[in-house]
Amino acid sequence: MATAAALPIRRKQGTAPWMKPPSVWVRGIKALVIALIVITMIYPLVYVIAMSFAAPSQARAGVIFPTEFSLDAYRAIFNGGTVTQGLTNSLFITVVGTILSLAATSMLAWGLARTRQVPGAKAVLVLILATMFFSAGIIPNFMLIKYLGLLDSTWSLIIPGLISAFNMIVIRNFFQGLPEELIEAARIDGAGEWRIFLQIVLPLSKPVLAVMGLFYAVGYWNTYFNALLYINDSEKWPIQVVLQQYVLAGVQIPGAMVSPDAPPPPGITLQMAVIVLATVPILVVYPFLQRYFTSGVLTGAIKG
Amino acid sequence: MSVKTAANPGTRTERAPGPNPSMKRRKPSLGQRIWRERWSYTFIVPGALFFLVFAYVPMLGNVVAFQQYSPFRGIEGSPWVGFANFNAIWADPEVLTALRNTLIIAVLQLVLAFPAPIALALLLNSLISDRIKRMVQTVVYLPYFLSWVIVISVWQQVLGGGGLVAGLLDGFGVSGFDAMSNADTFKLLVVAQGIWKDCGWGTIIFFAAIAGIPNDRYEAAAIDGATPWQRTWHITLPALVPVATLLLILNIGSILTVGFEQLLLQQPMVGADAAQVIDTFVYFRGVLGGQWGIATAAGLLKGVIGTILVLSANRVAKRLGGEGIF
Repeated sequence: MATAAALPIRRKQGTAPWMKPPSVWVRGIKALVIALIVITMIYPLVYVIAMSFAAPSQARAGVIFPTEFSLDAYRAIFNGGTVTQGLTNSLFITVVGTILSLAATSMLAWGLARTRQVPGAKAVLVLILATMFFSAGIIPNFMLIKYLGLLDSTWSLIIPGLISAFNMIVIRNFFQGLPEELIEAARIDGAGEWRIFLQIVLPLSKPVLAVMGLFYAVGYWNTYFNALLYINDSEKWPIQVVLQQYVLAGVQIPGAMVSPDAPPPPGITLQMAVIVLATVPILVVYPFLQRYFTSGVLTGAIKG
Repeated sequence: MSVKTAANPGTRTERAPGPNPSMKRRKPSLGQRIWRERWSYTFIVPGALFFLVFAYVPMLGNVVAFQQYSPFRGIEGSPWVGFANFNAIWADPEVLTALRNTLIIAVLQLVLAFPAPIALALLLNSLISDRIKRMVQTVVYLPYFLSWVIVISVWQQVLGGGGLVAGLLDGFGVSGFDAMSNADTFKLLVVAQGIWKDCGWGTIIFFAAIAGIPNDRYEAAAIDGATPWQRTWHITLPALVPVATLLLILNIGSILTVGFEQLLLQQPMVGADAAQVIDTFVYFRGVLGGQWGIATAAGLLKGVIGTILVLSANRVAKRLGGEGIF
């Protein structure tokens, strides 16, 4: 604190007064490397999005960036129905899963926030932390889901991942930082524990719940392997399995036509359009997620 | 792990009554304490049951590794075969291929993908403009949130046969370019995909470590005439060592787990010889092939080796004077 007051310079901004600006050469090389990295990261995505809107003639010819556009691929996909079904399934899994996950995770985190006072809580915490390092393996998990009768049920994609030990720790850390006086005061005023949790703890924890909710949502949306393992019925496939079938395995999308007499759009634009549909929700959520990366909610938890 | 974690709660409970002398005189009995905190258990028990059922019960399922298991007979009805499944593993040429592929990919990842976020974090940290830095961060974090299905589909459209690069090379007279189904370079491709997807996100933890370095260290070094390179080498890098060690330990523990979904998705394109790893072997042999016992044994062996590795890496890190994770 004292040093911060004594040095009223902009801190951590890179341009401290004693720093000389780097030479033109160094700056040039850095700019080049950064530009290359950014292009490598973003161009493939831009290309896929652009090509999904490409006019059929250009898609067949293969261009670096299309100049004529058409919505035929999307029209054909929505006529087909299979992809729409996949998107609906994924939306259900994501929304229901995220809500249930947040409820279960924050409840457990609140219960374990006071390990020192509650006998046995520490042991439970340690056993939960251990699951971050060991897992039972594919086959025992499959056998459990089968034993529980969840095979071919959408719930098999939600329930086994309901609480992530890591997310629970992040929320618990946040809870432990809440002002204790506030909670004590509510208790003295006669509020029940559930009321304290629902009306004081949760509203105060909106930032951390938002981040963890977004992380859960991304995880549910990206569910692939569990669906492959547990779900046979193609009606119940989430979008990632649909995507794998029609883009990577090269299966034709049934009924993907703009109209019965017109020729179907070229396969490549259809594939690109499915990729885009599977990616859009992530791209929509990403700016909200991104705000929290630097806020320290996550990094604080990693260190703790 | 078990030794240390068992010791941890002990030290806590010994310390706990310290600050409150009244507790020493009439310490409430365990029963009283449980009763006083009874509401806490309504919050803990459902979550604890969840972990019991979905994390610990499946571990018991690993007994199948010692059985000639068949789903019809179940665990109770299947005959016990001792270590026969483990012996069968060593005689299986597919297991050796899977093990070799796993180790090659793991080593490549350790050498190429592990240092990548450190390098990227240092590069971004050296940028003077905060706005550009934040912009680049926004871009490089993004692929982490895409599923493997999407990542591989996108790569397929860019680097696969008939993709963007193939089209460009066609214009120069080079035909038939297809990096996605080349079995010889597949392992490098796997590592490159991993870097593309996760490298940006991996920088976050290093940024946190960099942000914790007091600025006056750089200032003092600069006054003493240290060049920017020397400041990076002697101040920034040493500050990243503890975090890097921690990540290295975790990486070594999961050395036998190399991108399961990533490899499963690409195996049809390059064939099992190039893309079979232990996890995909377990899936194909067990879930699809019906040889539950052998597949479970392979998975169990992998888990045990991973645990041993993470514990030994942790011990080595401590002996070298660093901080372990347990």
